[in-house]
Amino acid sequence: MAVDNRLSAIGGDAPASTNGERPAPRVNDLAFKIGTVNGTGSASANGLLRSAIFRMGIPVSGKNLFPSNIQGLPTWYEIRANGDGHTARTARFDMVVAMNPATYERDVKEVTPGGWVMYDSSWPLPRDLDRNDVTFLGIPLAKMTVDNFKGSRVRILMKNICYVGALAALLDIDLDIVRTLLKETFAAKAKLLDANFLAIDLGYDYAREHFDCPLPVRLAPMDGNEDSIVIDGNTAAALGCVYAGATVAAWYPITPSTSLVDAFTGFCHQFRKDPETGRNRFAIIQAEDELAAAGMVIGAAWAGARAFTSTSGAGLSLMSEFIGLAYYAEVPSVFFDVQRVGPSTGMPTRTQQGDIQFAAYASHGDTRHIVIFPANPHECFDFAVGAFDLAERFQTPVFVLTDLDIGMNDWVIPKLEWDDSYRPDRGKVLTAEELEAATGPFHRYLDVDGDGIPWRTLPGVHPNGAYLTRGSGHDRYGNYTEDSEPYADVLARVGRKIDGAAPHLPAPEIRLRDGAKIGLVTIGGCRGAVLEAVDELVERGIEADYMRVRAFPFHPDIEPFLAAHEVNFVIEQNRDGQLRKLLIAETDAEKAALVSIRYYGGYPMSCHHVMDGLARHIDIGADSGPREAAALGAAAPGAAP
Amino acid sequence: MSYIKKPRVHHPGLTRNRLGLTRRDYEGTMSTLCAGCGHDSITAAIIEAFWELEIAPHEVAKTSGIGCSGKTPTYFLKEAHGFNGVHGRMPSITTGAHAANRELVCIGVSGDGDSLSIGMGQFAHVVRRNVDMLYIIENNGVYGLTKGQFSASADVGSTAKRGQVNREHPIDSVLLSLNLGAGFVARSFSGDKEQLVPILKAGLRHRGFALIDVISPCVTFNDHRGSTKSYQYTRDNYNQLVYADFVPPAEEIAASFEAGDVRSVQMHDGSRIAFRKVPDDYDPTDRDQVYGYIRERQRAGEVATGLLYVEEAPQEGEHSDFHGLQATVDEPLSSYPFEDLCPGADTLERLQERFR
Repeated sequence: MAVDNRLSAIGGDAPASTNGERPAPRVNDLAFKIGTVNGTGSASANGLLRSAIFRMGIPVSGKNLFPSNIQGLPTWYEIRANGDGHTARTARFDMVVAMNPATYERDVKEVTPGGWVMYDSSWPLPRDLDRNDVTFLGIPLAKMTVDNFKGSRVRILMKNICYVGALAALLDIDLDIVRTLLKETFAAKAKLLDANFLAIDLGYDYAREHFDCPLPVRLAPMDGNEDSIVIDGNTAAALGCVYAGATVAAWYPITPSTSLVDAFTGFCHQFRKDPETGRNRFAIIQAEDELAAAGMVIGAAWAGARAFTSTSGAGLSLMSEFIGLAYYAEVPSVFFDVQRVGPSTGMPTRTQQGDIQFAAYASHGDTRHIVIFPANPHECFDFAVGAFDLAERFQTPVFVLTDLDIGMNDWVIPKLEWDDSYRPDRGKVLTAEELEAATGPFHRYLDVDGDGIPWRTLPGVHPNGAYLTRGSGHDRYGNYTEDSEPYADVLARVGRKIDGAAPHLPAPEIRLRDGAKIGLVTIGGCRGAVLEAVDELVERGIEADYMRVRAFPFHPDIEPFLAAHEVNFVIEQNRDGQLRKLLIAETDAEKAALVSIRYYGGYPMSCHHVMDGLARHIDIGADSGPREAAALGAAAPGAAP
Repeated sequence: MSYIKKPRVHHPGLTRNRLGLTRRDYEGTMSTLCAGCGHDSITAAIIEAFWELEIAPHEVAKTSGIGCSGKTPTYFLKEAHGFNGVHGRMPSITTGAHAANRELVCIGVSGDGDSLSIGMGQFAHVVRRNVDMLYIIENNGVYGLTKGQFSASADVGSTAKRGQVNREHPIDSVLLSLNLGAGFVARSFSGDKEQLVPILKAGLRHRGFALIDVISPCVTFNDHRGSTKSYQYTRDNYNQLVYADFVPPAEEIAASFEAGDVRSVQMHDGSRIAFRKVPDDYDPTDRDQVYGYIRERQRAGEVATGLLYVEEAPQEGEHSDFHGLQATVDEPLSSYPFEDLCPGADTLERLQERFR
């Protein structure tokens, strides 16, 4: 099969590359990564590949590992296709498309034994990169594009499309689907379409002529995606904001949350223009900083709009003073935190779950917040809508914690659904008529109904509703106070209100298995990796129950799950085991019964992180250890508590 | 401060405006500021301005930051919603409220510490965004609640109560907002209600951002000899550079001024500002000239006051205030019908073809 074309490219004096252990034929269970240079337009080629696999009906994920940089630094795109639906990140790469000489060394090392390295053979590959357990597939991509296209930018772009063509031949990706996708993209640009078609053919034909196509590890059409879409979490969350009726967004640009407001802006221009006047039924304000963004959201919500901001950890730090104000003055407001790696500036384009504890208690003094944790873009949409309802129902800031992996990567999810009977839950707001009919004075912070939630009025509605909102000490009537009892009375009531929210928040996702003695507890985007681990454990004869926490304060179903297991492994993406700490602080679970498994290196969590972590504590039948840790190119920390 | 509760019953003979409201209806709770505080005089002028303009109190949103100035919204318009937020962040709260409900009449009260130190960024950007609001800086040159530290508006050479001399260059909110493009810039003095009330009225009616920096002496920490923000110093160096009257849409400019002295500037709602006794070489609509003139008066040691600069309202096309720039609908976003905001299930179904 695969010819080692590298020999000809470097003059035939290199040692012949031997094929390693030939992998058994495998269909619809593969992963490959493409290493390129950022700013070279590879994103559209990679997206084309991912879309084509999706349209073949195969569950697929695309993870973009990109630098905090505009142009010139290494970037990778990882595609995993898996017929069983396991699309969490994996560290086992069957193939690497090494397009960036600066990372050849690292990329070549990451291929699993028996796998393939595709590279641009227009120039020789350094001899010291040779591995005799993988197959090198050299394709003179640069030469082909120079020969066939004019202009340096076009040549660079077409080189990317060329490798798509080659991969289509090697992996058996349906070429008609690829062409259809290109037609859709370049519907209005016939010239570009022709160029793309040519580039696809060049790569495809070269691969067919020089290698045994397809490879034994390949794809085949299935019907797994009929009711699915491919979307990133930021886009889905933005759509949720549109559907929830949010009208004011204030924000400050920050990776990885920027695309949420970008998407919101796009949807608003599409759906929120007055058809007659062309004027906007929304206001999107790019603030001077995150402090101002938070203030604008709070001001808008106070005046009655559904308002939100979108930020990441560093921005949330800046907002924390205002968060305390919204908590204490009881102003409904929605904060999306698309988490990235901290502390401080950290690694802006890498993912982490490092803000769990911070969001739960953000700001000084006694503050405690409603935080919801979507696991994927589908939940980003649903929870975005829910966040506004919760914020207004409980008159408090609500945090939607996603992360870079959920927010910016492409996920295959079931189609989003909408019930046209939905109406926003605006919570307890007195109308002008009710205020007009009122027999006594309005008191903003009086617990009239005994549920800890007072009634609210909006500015401009009625003179009887007036009150002064303040972050300073206030009593139940809304008056300024520095007296002990009236102050404590309000603070205790606000505390009860947040406690009372717990049963109304998203319940944990729980999957129980007969005979399970251990619990795997996780949060957010770790879902896919942990569910894959549950399956892998079953294969090894171990049964494990699964619970994913979806909100804070903790839902009443959480504690019984923890109590039902002698040991619960709490799996999350931060150094300190923040979810575990919260569970210890906020439930009666035994500390010793919560064992931490952590990975916080900045890439999305993989199944092997979970398995490696478990192996440190229990006998899982096989060591899945250091091989993959090394393959990650980063340490895979996850020590026991 | 005073501990006397305000009487609930009003004298039947109090004058009523066309809404049937007396000045008392525009008051708030009793001030807890020091007796003689300039801020209380400004509060009285605010009450007078709203009463004269016949604005229904509940249509107003009054906002403030932290400090003595931050307390004052409690003292006027008890039937208006107020928001006493966090230090230096009144502009963002107001921007949000105005974005949500453009029908609210927004008045923000801030101080020199609140606006020119901790809130400098938000101050600059609320000017830039041209939020339709009246922005008052109650300027006394010191931090009162923390007992007399210099603020960023303290002049070089001004002394603190215990004798320390300020050496740092002051930030002048009037010059700054001229630079930032504010369309309405004024300076006044808490002790000159006759000048202040018409400026407040004009500021409230100005569409877009209106700044009034009011010298408002702190009787407790900055009213001594050596201070440049004392009552005495301000009176001694006071220069009523510009006299301006606010003329509501329906009224004619009072005939008592000699015709040659009057320069009238049209405002967005049809009202006018009538300038009189403007210096010969002074054009209150020429930003650069105004800037230079104020600098010149400051070098001469004078406190130049009045409605110093006003931009004439654009007569056609989209207004360049916040909502003009945002191109928002006329109706408040806060009460916009949900049915017209949510695209619905069918649209979602169609939209998702894009994600396949």
